[in-house]
Amino acid sequence: MNLNEFLHMGGYAFYVWTSYGIALLILLVNIIAPARQRRKLLTDIARKARRARREI
Amino acid sequence: MFNNFFHKMASPKYFYRIAGSLIPWLAGACLLFTLAGLYYGLYLAPPDYQQGESYRIMFIHVPAAWMSMFVYVVMAGAGAIGLVWRIKLAEIMVISSAPIGASFTFLALVSGSLWGKPMWGAWWVWDARLTAELILLFLYLGIIALHGAIEDRRTAARAVAILTLVGVINIPIIHFSVEWWNTLHQGPTVTRFDKPAIHISMLIPLLLMAVAFKLYYAFVVLMRARCELLERESNAGWVRELVESK
Repeated sequence: MNLNEFLHMGGYAFYVWTSYGIALLILLVNIIAPARQRRKLLTDIARKARRARREI
Repeated sequence: MFNNFFHKMASPKYFYRIAGSLIPWLAGACLLFTLAGLYYGLYLAPPDYQQGESYRIMFIHVPAAWMSMFVYVVMAGAGAIGLVWRIKLAEIMVISSAPIGASFTFLALVSGSLWGKPMWGAWWVWDARLTAELILLFLYLGIIALHGAIEDRRTAARAVAILTLVGVINIPIIHFSVEWWNTLHQGPTVTRFDKPAIHISMLIPLLLMAVAFKLYYAFVVLMRARCELLERESNAGWVRELVESK
């Protein structure tokens, strides 16, 4: 089987690759979102702690 | 000893640390299973004698649909534990699972639609299986909205747990819908009491992808739970220590 044939998916290329593409997108977003949120939370908590210390 | 272990696991500080060290291993295993599943499913497995190459959508669609129900059952279990024993971590597992479950449900619906169009000739039909799965998506979204609408975290967790437990009735309806009603959706081919009605060359990639999706849920729910924990415990001593040690 050559690459063109593989990508063609027997005429179902649109349906097959859209499914896999959307799956990849959804699964990646679900990983990136909490990773970014955690970093943001940690910096926010650190900033708050520094401000609290200065006030004392 | 067991009691001790559970006490430790239920302590936010230990959970945060153990989850943090588990995540890379689970993610790595998930990646391996995904790659093996994709190679087997897209390349090695033969085309279907009726559906040609289009059936390869199954390797996304079926694991996503399984997970949409599995995550819900986990949420209901954790919700019940949270309601009875007031364990904070159980409450956190419920709300951390909801967006992942919603994602799996959405993916099952969309990939099913992309499979239905070439095979049935329609993107959508108001069939029992499809409608019950759509209701599951609305349940997930309702749970997320309800949690967001209540300010107090403990009250929100209790409300969410009750809603989750009421909605659990939908899970057997989804599972048995293809047997109870006359439907366009095909019946179960793997989860039957007798031998699976699927050839081994297609069953192997399906199971590989199913394991990959389970591992995916495991590490992503831990990532979300860690965030939720940090947010709730931002004033606790162990979070301060954690931030200052950086």
